[in-house]
Amino acid sequence: MAFVAYADRDHEQEHHDPQTFLTKYVWSQDHKVIAIQYGGIAILVGLIALGLSILMRLQLGFPNSFALINPESYYQFVTMHGMIMVVYLLTALFLGGFGNYLIPLMCGARDMVFPFLNMLSVWFYFLSVIILLASFFVPGGTTGAGWTLYPPQSISGGTPGSGMGIILMLVSLAVFIVAATMGGLNYVTTVLQARCKGMTLMRMPLSIWGIFMATVLALLAFPALLVSAIMMILDTTIKTSFFMPAMISAGEQLSYNDGSPILFQHLFWFFGHPEVYIVALPAFGLVSDVLATHARKNIFGYRMMVWAILAIGGLSFIVWAHHMYVSGMNPYFGFFFATTTLIIAVPTALKVYNWVLTLWQGNIHLRVPMLFAIAFIFTFIHGGLTGIFLGNVVIDLPLSDTYFVVAHFHMVMGVSPVLVVFASLYHWFPLMSGKMFNETLGKWHFWLTFLGAYSVYLPMHYLGFQGVPRRYFSMGTTDFLPESAQMLNASITVSAIILAAAQSLFFINIFMSLWKGKKAEKNCWGATSLEWLTPDQPPKHGNWGHNLPEVHRWAYDYSVPGQDQDYTPQTVPASEVPVGREHGVSTGFAFEEVEKK
Amino acid sequence: MTITLIFLAFVMATLIFWLLKQTLNTQPWVSDAEADAVSGMSLNTNPQTIGLTTFLAVATSMFALFASAYTLRMTMPDWSPMNEPMVLWANTGFLILASISYQWTSSIALKSNTQKIKLGLITAGLFSIFFLIGQLSAWQQLIEKGMYISSNPSIAFFYVLTAMHGLHLLGGLYVWARSIIRVSRDADAEAIRLSVELCTVYWHFLLLVWALLFSLMIST
Repeated sequence: MAFVAYADRDHEQEHHDPQTFLTKYVWSQDHKVIAIQYGGIAILVGLIALGLSILMRLQLGFPNSFALINPESYYQFVTMHGMIMVVYLLTALFLGGFGNYLIPLMCGARDMVFPFLNMLSVWFYFLSVIILLASFFVPGGTTGAGWTLYPPQSISGGTPGSGMGIILMLVSLAVFIVAATMGGLNYVTTVLQARCKGMTLMRMPLSIWGIFMATVLALLAFPALLVSAIMMILDTTIKTSFFMPAMISAGEQLSYNDGSPILFQHLFWFFGHPEVYIVALPAFGLVSDVLATHARKNIFGYRMMVWAILAIGGLSFIVWAHHMYVSGMNPYFGFFFATTTLIIAVPTALKVYNWVLTLWQGNIHLRVPMLFAIAFIFTFIHGGLTGIFLGNVVIDLPLSDTYFVVAHFHMVMGVSPVLVVFASLYHWFPLMSGKMFNETLGKWHFWLTFLGAYSVYLPMHYLGFQGVPRRYFSMGTTDFLPESAQMLNASITVSAIILAAAQSLFFINIFMSLWKGKKAEKNCWGATSLEWLTPDQPPKHGNWGHNLPEVHRWAYDYSVPGQDQDYTPQTVPASEVPVGREHGVSTGFAFEEVEKK
Repeated sequence: MTITLIFLAFVMATLIFWLLKQTLNTQPWVSDAEADAVSGMSLNTNPQTIGLTTFLAVATSMFALFASAYTLRMTMPDWSPMNEPMVLWANTGFLILASISYQWTSSIALKSNTQKIKLGLITAGLFSIFFLIGQLSAWQQLIEKGMYISSNPSIAFFYVLTAMHGLHLLGGLYVWARSIIRVSRDADAEAIRLSVELCTVYWHFLLLVWALLFSLMIST
């Protein structure tokens, strides 16, 4: 049976604009409103996590100087900071925020395929955040088990929040996974089935490829976290022994039998490593589009970029145990995972080369989004290279419990995606709001963020080499650490405070621009992709007015020789461009120019 | 984790093979009249089917992970095999009958015979409810024998796996109830047919999952 495509059925469907305040802004089923709701909640909860990191840094930089921070609260800050940043900020912002905003617009659809499910997704996400934050206010406070929540520590007495705190964390994660699944079903189905006419898969912008593959990973990997959460809740509440071994606590034999903490680690990292790519792949896609647009050049190696995304997605499921080298695993097992880890570096490196080659001979406009995008290449290379160190068992063993690892994962998974978040927010802000941001303030924000991040994380590599252990509340009188290590820690803390304070520039810029910013011109960056071609800016409900767009080319026709303007939107048919100059790659144009010179 | 890896390898291989067929030789930077005419729909089916298939992949991933955890946990010394209640065999029969009823209803739905569709749906739903009642009675029997969830990991897995499977069936029964209402209100025949078809696929899936879980539990 043949089915009629969404785009071809468009004229049959009536599009009712939401009329009331509630249906327009609260219980909205419009993907753009849902995206902003996702983004708003994620950024708010991210600010809490940022505040927690400053409290941690105050202790590390100036030990035992603040009555508020004791060993228990320190571990609670560490745990909540990690979990919020990874799951509730970055995952939610990239998939729920950018995914929701960009998928229908870039694919030329009016909305997600299942709008009601999409609305449920954001409210379940909100509920998960509320449950998580509620754990601050229960007896014993929030869990302090570290973001990996390893048993037996996480549910043993003596660990902060080992009662209600850990239960609320696990319940919150379960609710989050339900939300992510509802959103994910929408993203996958919309990308596969609801693109506009002419939008083949290989004409999709890389942002969509990145978000699509990250969604596939999320849908397949989050169940591992759900399974471990369910079993750990049972270990905590009903005293099953899925993960909890027989043990004595405070002189008393507990009722657990021979549960396997290693089983939890396998399940957790089976989710945890793909999670790195759930955050990274959308960032890879978004930054590709920002780079191409502001370098006025087609993305280098588009097909290779798509296949690299798919290869990284596939390989991300067979590297998880490189997080467990110190768990006492069989050396052959370690060898296997070290090998797969090095293999996954190949498609990742290909992407980095292609970003750099996209910039080569480009007409680079160093606007704020571009600055953040180029900075991402720096920090990602930095974090990626230290990842190759840590992927090798013999190097990981001595470094695993040091600040080298903290530096590595913050560069690759914290700073790099956050730089892409800023690049993307600045890039798409004129579309989302119809207003321009303040360029000067944006550049101040960029330089303070970029240099601030380096002054926080670069010294941590040295601390790691010196053997400064991570996870410690206080170093005490540790003989092998020189005094300079503490001085460096103090300097990192000062940098971190400046870095955190600098983020206020972003919020001031956004609010001032929304309030009395200059009106943004339509398609102000001269972009080719569909989201900039809507009849209204910002796009209204239904996105496209009466007629859906039709696509005739890929999203990277920048600086096509012989064209009047340096970009050709995806909707321009081949018949409207000069013969022989109908696409971005003319016959050796660049080389001809070089030879003439 | 072998079970999960086999499943994921299958999913990723399918996805990549399909994409390979779609895109390998495409040069998107070259103008292509054939591509201009593409409808924007990757698969010749409705979005609901894609949505359900994706959800089934998620659910399979979850059950595969439970099965992986089961096989890893059973290597620990405290594991002792449990004697599964005999009622589970009868329950399996109910679920098979529910699945057959749905298959029959699905074939009837093509002919738009509302009364028969209603009969088929009610039969499928009743068998499913019998299955759930049977599962609860299996729990009851275990409790009466003093086999509680914390008694042994094999028993704990039994409770967890049956609960998770039962919850999925309850979710299916919610959609089943909506289908009944839809048929009672003489809704659009196409909508009824789609609803019945999707439920049929879901019930077959739940039967397959149950068969695999039950086999795993009775064989260990």
